[in-house]
Amino acid sequence: MRRAKYFWLGGAVTVFSGIATLAGLLLSIANAATPSSGAAVDSARSQEAFRQIATVLRNPRCMNCHTATQFPRQGNERRRHDMMVMRGPDGHGAPAMRCLSCHQNINQENGVPGAPNWGLAPLSMAWEGLDDHQLAEMLKDPARNGKRSLEQLHEHMAHDELVGWGWHPGGAREPIAMPRAEFEKLVRDWIDSGAVSPPR
Amino acid sequence: MISLSINGTEHRLDVNPHTPLLWVLRDHLGLTGTKFGCGMALCGACTVHVDGEAVRSCSAPIASVEGKKILTIEGLADAGKPLHPVQQAWIDKDVVQCGYCHSGQIMSAAALLAKRPNPTDADIDEAMSGNICRCGTYERIRAGIHRAAELAAKS
Repeated sequence: MRRAKYFWLGGAVTVFSGIATLAGLLLSIANAATPSSGAAVDSARSQEAFRQIATVLRNPRCMNCHTATQFPRQGNERRRHDMMVMRGPDGHGAPAMRCLSCHQNINQENGVPGAPNWGLAPLSMAWEGLDDHQLAEMLKDPARNGKRSLEQLHEHMAHDELVGWGWHPGGAREPIAMPRAEFEKLVRDWIDSGAVSPPR
Repeated sequence: MISLSINGTEHRLDVNPHTPLLWVLRDHLGLTGTKFGCGMALCGACTVHVDGEAVRSCSAPIASVEGKKILTIEGLADAGKPLHPVQQAWIDKDVVQCGYCHSGQIMSAAALLAKRPNPTDADIDEAMSGNICRCGTYERIRAGIHRAAELAAKS
């Protein structure tokens, strides 16, 4: 009799655990890939959009500040930033050698680049060495992307001034080849088609 | 007209807003302690403080510092005191050779000590690597910063 009672209890725990696991799985799928338009997920279209987005993310104008290192990079060759410039405690430089020590809110005529809030992206947004799958997963993860929803991510990519510097870098620097309007449409398309990450 | 505070004195200046702060200091206000070295934020000779931060004045248009508190080498020492601890340390440790880079070196060092009163050698490397010295006084600069930290702690 006692064995039968415990058998029933074990079965109930198993059932409830299974329901909780299934609910969690469904919730994570909904959060990660619900198109804001309510349209169905189009995996192939979404993945292709992201592959094109990734070509912009890997441009030196973007990647030089989305580093995984304790320093920024510069140039198309992505060399270490001159003069031992460092990330510092807040991504905006070491004491007495802050990013704003040299970089202003706009590009300067002497060639020093500038944009509002010049500085490194946090290490949680380091893009160096990531494949397309890892990049997409990082962009979608509020724990790593600055607590942004997909819509906020779109807003950041479409309108943020520091992001926009990549298309107007000044000096002899090459701007990002893809027009920003086209990039914004790809981000919109990726999100609307389910924000699907390319496979590993 | 552009308004700014320089070494505690308010100024209203009729200058082109694109003029680098360096040239406003040197040419318009006669404060020639801040030096021109490269004009491209590569050498640090032009370093001043803007709202307490070390800034390369050659690359800061005057419009970008409007309304801010600017401190140059001429105003570094506290009121009533002859020398800032960094300046005294530079004398104690005989840091200077030709002297051209040192107003910038001193301003950067002072900005470092304001944030790191007892800097390590690594802190000094990270803060001072943007200030170039053709005479190679780097080891004396490092010793000077450590000495300045001692002097500041005692005062």
